[in-house]
Amino acid sequence: MRTPLLNRLLPFAALLALAAFSFSGSDYYTGLVVKIMIYAIFALSLQLLVGGAGLVSLGHAAFFGIGAYVAALLSPESEAAGLWWLLPAALLAAAAYALVTGALALRTRGVYFIMVTLAFSQMAYYVFHDTKIGGGSDGIYLYFRPELSLGGWMPFDLSNGTTFYFFVLACLALAWGFLALLRRSPFGAALAGIRINEQRMRAAGYSTYPYKLAAYVIGATLAGLAGFLFALKDGFVTPELLAWEQSGLVLLMVILGGMGSLGGAVLGTVTMVLLQELFQSQELFGDYARHWHLPLGLAIIALVALLPNGLAGLPAQWRERRHARTADASRKAARDVITPARAQGTAPASRLPIQGERHV
Amino acid sequence: MDISILLIQSLNAFQYGLLLFLVASGLTLIFGIMGIINLAHGSFYMIGAYMAFALGPVVDRWLGGGFLATLAVCVLAAGVLGYVLEAAFFSYLYKRNHLQQVLMTYGLILVFEELRSILVGNDVHGVPLPSWLQGSIALGDVMTYPVYRLFISAVGIAVALLLYWIISRTRLGMMLRAGASNREMISSLGIDINKLYRVVFAAGVALAALAGSIAAPVSSVYPGMGNGVLIICFVVVVIGGIGSIRGAFLAAMLVGFAETFGQVLFPSAAGVLVYLLMAFILLCKPEGLFKQG
Repeated sequence: MRTPLLNRLLPFAALLALAAFSFSGSDYYTGLVVKIMIYAIFALSLQLLVGGAGLVSLGHAAFFGIGAYVAALLSPESEAAGLWWLLPAALLAAAAYALVTGALALRTRGVYFIMVTLAFSQMAYYVFHDTKIGGGSDGIYLYFRPELSLGGWMPFDLSNGTTFYFFVLACLALAWGFLALLRRSPFGAALAGIRINEQRMRAAGYSTYPYKLAAYVIGATLAGLAGFLFALKDGFVTPELLAWEQSGLVLLMVILGGMGSLGGAVLGTVTMVLLQELFQSQELFGDYARHWHLPLGLAIIALVALLPNGLAGLPAQWRERRHARTADASRKAARDVITPARAQGTAPASRLPIQGERHV
Repeated sequence: MDISILLIQSLNAFQYGLLLFLVASGLTLIFGIMGIINLAHGSFYMIGAYMAFALGPVVDRWLGGGFLATLAVCVLAAGVLGYVLEAAFFSYLYKRNHLQQVLMTYGLILVFEELRSILVGNDVHGVPLPSWLQGSIALGDVMTYPVYRLFISAVGIAVALLLYWIISRTRLGMMLRAGASNREMISSLGIDINKLYRVVFAAGVALAALAGSIAAPVSSVYPGMGNGVLIICFVVVVIGGIGSIRGAFLAAMLVGFAETFGQVLFPSAAGVLVYLLMAFILLCKPEGLFKQG
């Protein structure tokens, strides 16, 4: 029942469509797409943890914010910084914070892990919010986008909008490709094993802790990349980028899209950002657009009610329903034949460790 | 530090801790027994506070007034709201993934906040103190302490004792304790788990709304007031151990003292202190202070 060829071609089709979209000429829409792409990288990085290793983190925004703050803090005020050192610095800072906090947080599991990651991200939030390092709660400006120059030759200029668009697109494609390869690697298989049954993995001789820590650091590094791009996009960084609402938002994107698949993370991001934009639109809703949270909340509730496996699980859900219906029909046609109503092609809903685990 | 300042700050910390306990006790029961990560719990605190603001004049007019009558109306209304919400939304989600429930409760937060903005607006409103609780008592020579804050502490202590009695002495409490330690088992022992869930949820909402409505005269009511409370209460629940009322009480006190004295002693690091405390406790005891309910 699967259509692997179509599934494999979809990302490439999306890539081409996104590349073509840069020529649409509308600043508003290209800006929106850049925002979606950056958040898609952010959501993909969390998907590695949630869908890959079953580590539900509510502190992922810390790494996003650290990437953004490093970009803004290390950029000189009067000239452009070098991309070749600014980007690695941002990624390293995010990875370093993840290594330290992850080493501690991974001692806990389930709901407690959610809360410890939240605690560490809140600490980072208050460091930027309450001290003068990054301008306190007012935030900090980034005046010039960094540039890449190799001995005087500049292959591309990020201050140009279209170039920046393609730079973000390339980052998204690379992040996707990297994560897709990672999933297929023995490392990805080990993570999946940990997600499904950590005890059994340990019994099989895997030391699970280093795997989880590695996944945590890799996810954080990618989140740092997303934050770095976000700082470049707006040229403005505030502590709100590290706030728990941001961590919650990206987690919602992953849940909404469907846990486990890379496409789900991107789909969830697109849906979330577009729903926000849609309900905020003055042309469609006029004065009611002020209350855009209300339809957004209702839409989220409706999506949860209708989509038990997220947006990415929708085709499987339809298939299951169709199978149930055809099974029903065939049962009516031939009453003596008992057909199992369950479809074979449907994947079981991805289970997270906190699901089977008792809370107390 | 002066001894009277120490006393006043301790009273403040105690009162703040009790307020946190009121919200967190409901949260920990819902979390521990129903297994729902209820992000909308902060909204119930907010709803309680706004009800105290909006229903105060109405109660004055129809029931002859009185602050206690307003509180009673708020708590009752919140309990009914909780009962209806559980039946309308949450009862469909028990078989779903936990994170789906998180997503839905997030949707509920948005809806509640926006309804609040439509119905009451986005201004900050004060809620008048009842006349019999105005004034303050003298502590030492120059310091005074407002009577109303003592009233909040008294309500907090009363609720804590009531909860202790219900949980350790009554049949309902027995079911709650059993439910917190093994959900499947008590339903197989013939206890109507759906009804228990509904009661727990309604009680949790009522407790959060009670906290909101008695805090309203001190904190005034303002947009987004639920979100700050929500996160700090999750911290309390997790430090205490999920599902444990005793743990929630102890953790609420710890957090109350850490935050109050943090603001006095290290104003620039006050925000970090609570999370530092939580990280430290969870790293020593990965399942909270009291593992079992």
